[in-house]
Amino acid sequence: MIGNIIGVLYDGFAYGMLLFLLSVGMSVTLGMMNFVNLAHCAFAMIGGFVTVTLINNFGWPFLATLPAAFAAAAAVSVVFERILFRRFYRATDLDQCLLTIGVVFVSIAAAAYFFGTTQQPVRLPDWIRGVVAIGGHNFGVYRFFLIVVALAITGALIFGVEHTSFGARVRAAVDNQRMARGLGINVDRVFALTFALGSGLAGLGGALAIEVVGLDPQFAFTYLVYVLIVVSLGGMGSVGGAFAAAVLLGVSDTAGKYYMPQVSAFLIYVIVVALLMWRPLGLFGKRHA
Amino acid sequence: MSDASVPAKPPAEFLADGARWRWAEIAFWLAATLPYFVAQDYLQLAGQVLITGLFAMSLDLILGYAGVVSLGHAAFFGLGAYACGVASKWGWGEPITGLLIGGAFAGIVGYGASFIVSRFKGLALIMITLGLNQLVAEAANSAHGLTGGADGLQGVHTWDLLGYFHFDLYGVTAFWYILAVVFACFLLTRRMVHSPFGLALRGIRENSTRMVAIGAANRAHIRKAFVIAAFMAGVAGALLTETTETVSLETLSFQRSADVLVMLILGGVGQLYGGVVGAAIYMVARDRFSDVNPQYWYFWIGLLLIAVVVFLPNGIVGGLKKLGGYLGRAGR
Repeated sequence: MIGNIIGVLYDGFAYGMLLFLLSVGMSVTLGMMNFVNLAHCAFAMIGGFVTVTLINNFGWPFLATLPAAFAAAAAVSVVFERILFRRFYRATDLDQCLLTIGVVFVSIAAAAYFFGTTQQPVRLPDWIRGVVAIGGHNFGVYRFFLIVVALAITGALIFGVEHTSFGARVRAAVDNQRMARGLGINVDRVFALTFALGSGLAGLGGALAIEVVGLDPQFAFTYLVYVLIVVSLGGMGSVGGAFAAAVLLGVSDTAGKYYMPQVSAFLIYVIVVALLMWRPLGLFGKRHA
Repeated sequence: MSDASVPAKPPAEFLADGARWRWAEIAFWLAATLPYFVAQDYLQLAGQVLITGLFAMSLDLILGYAGVVSLGHAAFFGLGAYACGVASKWGWGEPITGLLIGGAFAGIVGYGASFIVSRFKGLALIMITLGLNQLVAEAANSAHGLTGGADGLQGVHTWDLLGYFHFDLYGVTAFWYILAVVFACFLLTRRMVHSPFGLALRGIRENSTRMVAIGAANRAHIRKAFVIAAFMAGVAGALLTETTETVSLETLSFQRSADVLVMLILGGVGQLYGGVVGAAIYMVARDRFSDVNPQYWYFWIGLLLIAVVVFLPNGIVGGLKKLGGYLGRAGR
């Protein structure tokens, strides 16, 4: 029983890290511009498909594909941001939702056209697929890798946001966009960079997710719900909040599926609805939308 | 939202003006009977379009008029569908009371939910409605004995309409029945949005703070509209159950909630006809594109959606109204 708890916590934490990578970019961009980007998971999907293509068609090693996934998702997202999304920063939430859902639909169809509708097969190197036994418990190496990568990124993000001048500009723009503009901060450029960075992280998350949850064209839609939960529970624009919410969701989802498979999905939504009714701005949200 | 300009006339006259029937509306409902005369093979599709149109219209009541964004409206559609289906399975397959059973059940649940919904807005509201939708869907999935779970509800049988009209294989009775029910619900909605209550809802949408300042009971209004919308969504769900004689979990899915929102936006929010027009375009497009290439119709609907948001802020009906306005002025 104790062994199970450790295993469930381990898997749940790894899953939470994945959710964090997928959602942190959306949380920050939503907090900064109030722009609801439901196409965020479509950018994550781009990262996944870049990794699949590079491994299967070009024989790249798995690790080398990860930066490529990041770069591809970031590059595509910034093109969309500059051409399409920027016109809608002042539009209503609903228009933003619908516009980006349209992008999701197109991306699903495009992915189905180029890659087919089945789950993408991907073969990872053997060293990462193994299991290590420590003190009688089995730990998957891949999940350990996932946790290390995500923690490193979280550390870098928090350092970047708290201690660099770019981070200070990002925080200023999230806190009060108009005041930041008044101080001469080029909010548009800060936003475009943040948007690219967030989408790149989502692309990385999409690439890392293949081994854990698989990849098919519906990915952009399936994980949208999870990302929205993380963003709304964590509070918009808060890196730490997104981290805490992702871990909470990852662990409780995994634990629920393990111990109470009948009602697990039910429990997740009870928790989400109850927490949001208690704190409508999220657990760490400070500011009115 | 240009139709919410300050009335220059006395309020009663302003409302009566809006409620006057226009030729385009009469032509629209006459056109709705056309499938029976020209496209008998498509009667079933036409029926589905009308049901979905009614569902979208019920969402329009809370979204387009009261400004409450809900991503969980399928919960009420599904509740109505299941209530009617279970009643029929237990031996009560009378169609018209079946509709009332479905609507009432959805309305009662909607009454409970309305206390939650009327308190929140923004992202929290979207997520709470989505969460409530998933809760209902999971509950229906778990209650296998009652609902049939993932296998769907089997053994639904609808009696003859008024004890006389048999629901035939070609869907002729079903089509006229659906059209009549949808039209009746439309009349009710139309009456409502052109009443002082409808005007109050539009006021809340435009500026909720100011409405409180002039003494309107915002939350009570939103609750009332929400219950009515839930009731109508339940009726739509029950209609689907009665005419297809089966219920699946899909009626409760997040996908359906999202789809109906998309249809409504395509057609036009707060335009009364937006829901039916959007449902018709969306479902006919799905039918056509699925024939050509089953997987890729999402591509076209996605493009259409982007185009509508970029070029037609009030949806297709809003665009047509504007066009009609230009032509009217040019003709004079």
